[in-house]
Amino acid sequence: MQTVDWVQWLAFGILTLLTIGSALAVVIDRNIFHSALWLLVSLFGVAGLFVMLSAPFLAAVQVLVYMGAIVILIIFAIMLTRRLMGLTEALNTQWWVGGITAIVTFLVIAFVLFQAGQGANPILVREPIAALNGRGVEELGKALVDPAQYALPFELASVLLTAALIGSIVIAREDQ
Amino acid sequence: MNWFDVNNLLWLIPIPPLLAFAAIILGAGRNKTLSHVLAIGGIIISLLFAWLVVARGLAFPHLGHADGVFGSSITWLSNGTNGVGSGALRMGVFLDPLNHVMLFMVPLACFLIFIYSLGYMAHDPRNTRFFAYLSLFASAMLTLVVADNLLLLFVGWEVMGLCSYLLIGFWFEKESAYKAAIKAFMTTRVADVIFMIGIAYLWATTGTLNFREIMFNATTMQSLGSTPALGGIFGPTAAGVIGICIVVGTIGKSAQFPLHIWLPDAMEGPTPVSAMIHAATMVSAGIYLIIRMYPVLSAGGNPAEGIFTGPMVLMAVVGAFTALFAASIAFTMNDIKKVLAYSTISQLGFMMAALGIGAYTAAFFHLITHAFFKALLFLGSGSVIHAMEHGEHLAHDAAHGHDTGHEAVALASAEHGEASHPAEHGHAQEAHDAHGAHQDTVVAHSDFDPQDMRNMGGLFRKMPVTTWTFVIGGASLAGLPLITAGFWSKDEIFAEAWAAGTKNPLGLVVLIILALAAFCTALYTMRQLCMVFAGEPRSEAARYAQHYEPRTRANRNVSAQMTAPLIVLAFFAIVAGFGGINSGFWGLGAALKGIGIDAPFGHWVGQSLLAEPEHIAFNIGPVIISFGVFILGFLLGLELYFRRPVIAESDPIAEFMGPTWYRLISNKYYIEEAYKRYLVRPLTWVSEVLTPQLIDRGIIDRFLNFLAYAATQIGNFIRAFNTTIIDGVSDGIPEAIGDIARSARQIQNGRIQRYLLYSLIAAVFIGANVILVALASGDLVRAVWVIEALAVILLLIFFGPGRPAPTSGGAD
Amino acid sequence: MVPLTAFLIVAALLFCIGLYGALARRNAVSILMSVELMLNAVNLNLVAFWRFNTPAQDVGSGLPIGMSGQVFAVFVFVVAAAEAAVGLALIIAMYRSRQTVIAESADTLKF
Repeated sequence: MQTVDWVQWLAFGILTLLTIGSALAVVIDRNIFHSALWLLVSLFGVAGLFVMLSAPFLAAVQVLVYMGAIVILIIFAIMLTRRLMGLTEALNTQWWVGGITAIVTFLVIAFVLFQAGQGANPILVREPIAALNGRGVEELGKALVDPAQYALPFELASVLLTAALIGSIVIAREDQ
Repeated sequence: MNWFDVNNLLWLIPIPPLLAFAAIILGAGRNKTLSHVLAIGGIIISLLFAWLVVARGLAFPHLGHADGVFGSSITWLSNGTNGVGSGALRMGVFLDPLNHVMLFMVPLACFLIFIYSLGYMAHDPRNTRFFAYLSLFASAMLTLVVADNLLLLFVGWEVMGLCSYLLIGFWFEKESAYKAAIKAFMTTRVADVIFMIGIAYLWATTGTLNFREIMFNATTMQSLGSTPALGGIFGPTAAGVIGICIVVGTIGKSAQFPLHIWLPDAMEGPTPVSAMIHAATMVSAGIYLIIRMYPVLSAGGNPAEGIFTGPMVLMAVVGAFTALFAASIAFTMNDIKKVLAYSTISQLGFMMAALGIGAYTAAFFHLITHAFFKALLFLGSGSVIHAMEHGEHLAHDAAHGHDTGHEAVALASAEHGEASHPAEHGHAQEAHDAHGAHQDTVVAHSDFDPQDMRNMGGLFRKMPVTTWTFVIGGASLAGLPLITAGFWSKDEIFAEAWAAGTKNPLGLVVLIILALAAFCTALYTMRQLCMVFAGEPRSEAARYAQHYEPRTRANRNVSAQMTAPLIVLAFFAIVAGFGGINSGFWGLGAALKGIGIDAPFGHWVGQSLLAEPEHIAFNIGPVIISFGVFILGFLLGLELYFRRPVIAESDPIAEFMGPTWYRLISNKYYIEEAYKRYLVRPLTWVSEVLTPQLIDRGIIDRFLNFLAYAATQIGNFIRAFNTTIIDGVSDGIPEAIGDIARSARQIQNGRIQRYLLYSLIAAVFIGANVILVALASGDLVRAVWVIEALAVILLLIFFGPGRPAPTSGGAD
Repeated sequence: MVPLTAFLIVAALLFCIGLYGALARRNAVSILMSVELMLNAVNLNLVAFWRFNTPAQDVGSGLPIGMSGQVFAVFVFVVAAAEAAVGLALIIAMYRSRQTVIAESADTLKF
């Protein structure tokens, strides 16, 4: 719908800026606590992008789980390993090689994307929203617990999570 | 089988003395009496067998021709059918007229010498060993005589050579004795090698060595005489070459020029040995050989017509020359035995020259008669020497005023360690020197030579029997006409030479030279007789000389043992000649013919040849020569030596010849010195310097050392090669791998971010390549890949992991 | 509608930034944060593809819209959470024993 196109592009631009900008800040900022905070912002930007992509549930999950749990966990870890905060160099010895490699990687990926976009069959644009309104979560839920679909992985994922958490407790425990 | 059958009896003839030798050597030698019994017994048994054979043989007047010969043989080296001329070798014995006569003479002479030795060697401490050797000698000679083939003859020949060595050097403590023994052996050995070559060639040509098969076979003799030797390379025929080799063998064994040097020195041996070797047996063996091989030597020629073959000419020349040469030396010799030695050489020259001009019968005749009178002369000289020694001891005992000769002798003999012979002291002077230092400090004996004729004289009164027998022997040697055997045999040689001279000038030359030699023979014999027996004693020893030993229980037979053989031999020295008188001889010949004796010797011996030699008609010429030379020599000798008393220091002959000639001849023409300088010294140089030092050490050792050095160097090189290259490679490769590994593992430095980087780079690289392949054309792809490869290599070289640092961590 | 490519570019960018952070940062926690960025980029990718490539209705069978993309993203969340928990536990354990959180100092598993 051309009429709201520029709004979408604007939103996309702001979200992108937010995401990328704070991502850069995450990897550049010397103060690790600040990087954690920038991570929060980046993740929030990603959540916004999820919303743009008609996956509001995932955006919510992103905020809850990623921003609310994982980054908190990270901050806890920062706090617990606080001694070296802010005293050391942020970058290791191979930072420039890493930088170049990352840039090259991006270039390669971008090149491929552009090539793909030039092809005979460009990526289609769908018109799904109307079918999904209000029912996306329901479908997701159904997909997760439907034995014909993703019930097993769902169960395995929960097992995995349990094991991981137990393991991490064990690892991080004080020696007795 | 019937052992008294002549065919078989012949085998037994050489055996008894051989057994005696073995028995004495192996044990009986400790007991003197037993050894004597064995030795004498052995030779007596051989004598009996031999004379039995002789007697049986006489029953066959045509022995050799119509009656065949006795004999038997065993094949010991077979070759196919073993027929005649097949190359098979047989050992056998035979009897033909030639060795029939030898079988009469040889055992008799040996036996007499054995008896003589009992007395002569009575006091020698190695008495039994002497008899052992003597027995072996006799056995070898008898083997040679009965042998029916050249090889067995050669066996006997060589064993006799060994025995002569053993016996000449019997008193081996004396340097001159053992040197003489070696000289004898070496000289005869030189000749024997050539002789053996002749035997081998004969065998190769005819396939047999049997005398009858070779020489009684007309075709064989003809082929031998006409085939050129060795494929015609040389001029002479096969028979010529063989003949010359055989003659050379005889030149050595019978001491002809130039190999005569051993015989005079062989006088170092005891006198019975000299008699044995130089009269009866060994030197006769040489002449026996050439007489035996006469058909081969004359093959191709015709002696009756005056055509002489090569070997015959050699014999004639060498024999005649030697006869005169040795006779001339005999004048100047002062040692009684040396005179006889040269006399022997001279007489052997007579025999050889006779055979050389074809006088087959005459040569053999002279051989037989010579054996008798020469043995007689040697044994007689032994008695003389013995007596001189006795005399010398008695003389010096008397000079020092000892109470009785007995006591003095007892003292002296006690000093010699002979307590068992209290009164006797009968060593030969030779034995004195042989036993080293004479313990008698009273008088030095060393400068008194009992054998020197200048110290003798007037012995006729002291030892009449010896004198007469010696005179008979000397007369026979000189050729006293009509009575003595020596005359008849020498006369026959002259007759043959005269007859041959009408056909070939060689005969005349031989005749003249032999006549001169005969003259010299008579002269030196007279000289010897007069110096030894006639006149006045010229030394104290001669004055006291006595032959008869004081009688004791141990010695009662010694003098008899030494005298009896002389008498027997003297008998034969006279009688043996009558068998060979030419039937045409004036008076005597006709007389004998009347009683049926018509030159039986000639007829008998002639039958051993296929073609009986021609009977020489009687001619007065040679007889006149024989008479003439004897009378001249006799008279001159009488004049020089008998009429005038011989003064010890000056010899009339020496004055006659003049000092230069006398010195030359009395030093035997310096031949031995020449040999020493031109033969012995170079050969000694070869064996002492050339071979061990120059060749052995210089060339061979150096070469071997060089080989060793080269091998060592090769080894060093290989070792270096091994160490540097092979080890280098085989150690270098693991080292290189290790280095690479050590470098490569720097990648794993434990830092995960680095690992992440690596995998990322790899993924990007691969991804880029995939895109490249998908999107670009082949050429571009290839070009890019080349660039990528180069870039990777360069990056690895310049930025690749380096050597590890000592501390941990090794990132770039 | 913003084209798919734009979202993909954003995701790639985010991914590469995270990659840089994972390669270049010293602090282990920073690395973890960078890894979270990468995972988010992946999630973004997944959802973008789901949005643009899943048909509204399967014309033939009439089955409802597939939720595979979102399910996948959910699982990524789960795994990310688990991994973050474990990783942080490890960091804390390492901090306890070595008094450092620098990733470079954990290099004993080397040649």
